[in-house]
Amino acid sequence: MNVHSRFGEDLALYALGTLEGDERVELEKHLKDCADCRHELERLRGDAALLALAASGPAPPQRARGRLMNAVTREPRISIEKPSTRRISLWSQMGWVTASAAIVIAAFLWRTDASLSRRMTNLEKEFNEQQTELQRAQEVTAALNATDALRVTIVPPRAAPQPQGRVIYVPNRSSLIFLANNMPALPARRAYELWLIPSSGSPIPAGVFKPDAHGNATLVNPRFLRRGETKAFAITVEPETGSELPTSKPIMIGTGA
Amino acid sequence: MASAEKTIPSDKELVSRVRAGDEDAMGALYDRYSPLVYAVGLRVLADTGAAEDVLQEVFMQLWRNPARFDASRGSLGAWLAVIARNRAIDALRKRRYESDIEDVVVSVEPDLASDFDRSRAAKNVRDVLNGMHPAQREALELAFFEGLTHTEIAAKIGEPLGTIKTRIRAGLLGLRKALKP
Repeated sequence: MNVHSRFGEDLALYALGTLEGDERVELEKHLKDCADCRHELERLRGDAALLALAASGPAPPQRARGRLMNAVTREPRISIEKPSTRRISLWSQMGWVTASAAIVIAAFLWRTDASLSRRMTNLEKEFNEQQTELQRAQEVTAALNATDALRVTIVPPRAAPQPQGRVIYVPNRSSLIFLANNMPALPARRAYELWLIPSSGSPIPAGVFKPDAHGNATLVNPRFLRRGETKAFAITVEPETGSELPTSKPIMIGTGA
Repeated sequence: MASAEKTIPSDKELVSRVRAGDEDAMGALYDRYSPLVYAVGLRVLADTGAAEDVLQEVFMQLWRNPARFDASRGSLGAWLAVIARNRAIDALRKRRYESDIEDVVVSVEPDLASDFDRSRAAKNVRDVLNGMHPAQREALELAFFEGLTHTEIAAKIGEPLGTIKTRIRAGLLGLRKALKP
């Protein structure tokens, strides 16, 4: 037993509850940090308890048993027991008011934990749904952009193929898909540019494209800044790097249905 | 006798039943330890009514909070004896209960669950006390049964504080050694 010798005698007095003043304060401080001394204190209390065995005397009167058992019967057991303590416990030091607060906090944390778990589950579900949606969008985009896709324009019999463009635009998602076919071949270093024509103000660039050898072109979600209400879409021929404002008259124009 | 001893329910088993609200188990524990608890109360208080109050208080504490007794840390008899002594000293000195029943852990080696063990341990303790230097025994008993501080003991018997401290510690350790199997 590695009990600090300077506390040995004080521990014996403390075990008997007869240590007072600064010595008691100092020992209690030491006991908090010293497991050896706590253990020795328990043993000294055991030694002191043996002294009680020397206290022989008459048996308690029979009425004392009746008194106790009546009290026991009158006082039903509390169904929730307080937690067991092994030594001078933190619970008892805190007091039951503090302990009750701790229980409330524990309950709160449990609820918070349950709430976080539910949130995690929801987020996971949302993530999986978005993954599925993204995969489908990627499949659509890949089909639209595929160079080997078969593109067919259906027109009345004997009608000459006409340049045609179709815009699908969802303003509140800033989502735009543009499909073109039968577009005339472009001069060198020139490109077509799609414009969003707002109800008021200048046209807004909505993407630059060059059709393939068959006159087909596709734009999917080009980066552009939407402003105001959309009045129409138009296509102009511009330098292949694109323009901030149209530099020529529109060759095609269409309004929303 | 040994076989009969083995059939009696252990303290741990009875306390477990008390935790479940078994009043008969409470009665069995009372029958086992009430003489010890009452004797301690009577020795300290020298008043049968006051000793009965201590008896009632100690066992009601056990009924209300049986989980406070940790069977893995020592015998129930020793624990009840210390609680009884502390309550009796509090009553003697007319002070509020300074010793919280929940705080006390008592580690003691002899198992006091059977009448035989208690009788043997009591005899051993008396033998050790009888063999002790009278001054040492007096210091020990003044501290335990009268709850005097070492300062009060020193003043009462006219000995230096350090001497009283040494006697009390040596006395307790002497009891421990005497009861080792």
